[in-house]
Amino acid sequence: MSARLSAAFAKGHPALVCFVTAGDPTPDATPALLDAIVAGGADVIELGMPFTDPMADGPAIQAANLRALGAGTKTADILRIATDFRARHPQVPLVLMGYANPMTIRGSEWFADAASAAGVDGVICVDIPPEEDPELGPALRAKGIDLIRLATPTTDSARLPTVLDGSSGFLYYVSVAGITGKQAAAISSIKDAMDRLKAATDIPVAVGFGVRTPEQAGPIARVADGVVVGSAIVDLVGQHGADAVEPVRALVASLAAAVHSAREHAA
Amino acid sequence: MTAPNPNSFRNQPDERGHFGAFGGRYVAETLMPLILDLDAEYRKAKADPAFQAEFDDLLEHYVGRPSPLYFAPRLTEELGGAQVWFKRDELNHTGAHKINNCIGQILLAIRMGKTRIIAETGAGQHGVATATVCARFGLPCVIYMGATDVERQQPNVFRMKLLGAEVVPVQAGAKTLKDAMNEALRDWVANVHDTFYIIGTAAGPHPYPELVRDFQSVIGREARAQMLARTGRLPDLLVAAIGGGSNAIGLFHPFLDDTSVRMLGVEAAGYGLDKDHAASLAGGRPGILHGNKTYLLQDEDGQILEGHSISAGLDYPGIGPEHSWLRDVGRVDYTSVTDDEALDGFQLLCRTEGIIPALEPSHAIAAVKKVAPTMPKDSIILANLCGRGDKDIFTVAKHLGVSL
Repeated sequence: MSARLSAAFAKGHPALVCFVTAGDPTPDATPALLDAIVAGGADVIELGMPFTDPMADGPAIQAANLRALGAGTKTADILRIATDFRARHPQVPLVLMGYANPMTIRGSEWFADAASAAGVDGVICVDIPPEEDPELGPALRAKGIDLIRLATPTTDSARLPTVLDGSSGFLYYVSVAGITGKQAAAISSIKDAMDRLKAATDIPVAVGFGVRTPEQAGPIARVADGVVVGSAIVDLVGQHGADAVEPVRALVASLAAAVHSAREHAA
Repeated sequence: MTAPNPNSFRNQPDERGHFGAFGGRYVAETLMPLILDLDAEYRKAKADPAFQAEFDDLLEHYVGRPSPLYFAPRLTEELGGAQVWFKRDELNHTGAHKINNCIGQILLAIRMGKTRIIAETGAGQHGVATATVCARFGLPCVIYMGATDVERQQPNVFRMKLLGAEVVPVQAGAKTLKDAMNEALRDWVANVHDTFYIIGTAAGPHPYPELVRDFQSVIGREARAQMLARTGRLPDLLVAAIGGGSNAIGLFHPFLDDTSVRMLGVEAAGYGLDKDHAASLAGGRPGILHGNKTYLLQDEDGQILEGHSISAGLDYPGIGPEHSWLRDVGRVDYTSVTDDEALDGFQLLCRTEGIIPALEPSHAIAAVKKVAPTMPKDSIILANLCGRGDKDIFTVAKHLGVSL
């Protein structure tokens, strides 16, 4: 596992994982938003790679993808944003999240090399399940980049070992069967899922999809190793554009306070 | 049991759903368990004589199969070369080949205990066929259709509603077929417990390309037997239009190991291959979209481009993965014809044979028009007439400068 990702999940409190789409609203605006997310207290950054056909995403992140692509965001811009982030924040783990085609179009080795050179710690690819691992997994592992897989409510115990085989960094538990940014899952179902997942793996488990507020994030952090927030941040960017820096910092700070202190309340 | 022929072109895909380098199962984890269930259930259905018997019975008595094999004398005479024959799948119930696949998939859905059906549609033919089988079996049906297509295909929207379907206009992206498919996948991922997704073409994650091909292969099986019975020989050339490619693979697949039979798939060249078009093989390269790896229209970063064709049914930036494989191994030739050539083909068939074709097979007719004169008079071309043109008369009128 990448040293930065291991460290992020070994701070003695649950980790806050924050997502923002690269190039939204413009490539030039992304660095300041990433800095605001770090300043707000996020432990892991997910940088979304925009795609024309984001099939697993709800309206918020779909719109972000369109804004980013409409602003002319290219893969080269995303890699430059990552490279510059790494220079400014040597210790904060950075994960690229997106869809298979933009990641593999130049070949998986090309992508793994470029991501590695940009200081990327992990990759989440929504539409490459373990069954198609050769498309991307071997190239990432050869470069020491974590392949972060998704587990969902439909991933039953028989299938879980298949998902975990080749996963590293952390496991991203999608708490609802659905797309990003919609409903939140009931905390009881998340607790049950955590018990099941933690019994099957030693890697950290972060929970996402439908988590928008500190009030939702806190209870999840009591039972999970991390909480992922995406659409709520992306909505602020949609609303405020390049002026979203302060609102994003404030939201992340409130989420971080809830997530980082969750276990204290539980005691 | 006969030993498998290692050189057969008919033994794809492999057990992981790969047609050579193409196909596969590129879906989100939420869908993966269901895709595996569907695959297992399809294997059982394929081996179950009762399933096949019900499928055959519905095709005969509900769809109206077998469709005729028709020799086109005046078109043949006008073109002055090969004999031109048509497989008349436009005479099916609902007016196109799409119903063959919908019958098969809804039987699978019922077998799997699913109680809600969703589908995507472009021109509306697959939406109408899906709404039809849902009415026939009493299942609720939601059809996703790009808002642009809803506007330009009003008659089919009304048909779907008459049949009891809910038609959801999709506002995302360019508001056409590709976006409708994205939205159907989003619905499916959120309702995976009770919902079956009837995909309309031989594309998507495994096992869809295989099962759609199998259900559509009734076209080629019938045509092969009919041609042998009528002429005592096999055709020299098969021709079919290609969007996703379900009518073409349905015609081609039963002939793939007949080495004397050449095959020609016809993509939509739109305004021309140097302008906006929907010819994924001619103008695209391999990539991953909608659950499979195949030739796609895309930019250098892998962002998907919009297709354009006068035919909304061909207006898709991808193609079924088996066609990508058949092209790369060289078994099938692929060409393309423009919107204008397709309009000429449309009028040619109206005038010479008294058949108003859909704009999709008008592309095949345009290709026949080019190739028939180059072939000897004792040779045989068999083209798939996969849909009738009632739905297209408004589009054609507009392009001919006629106001209705």
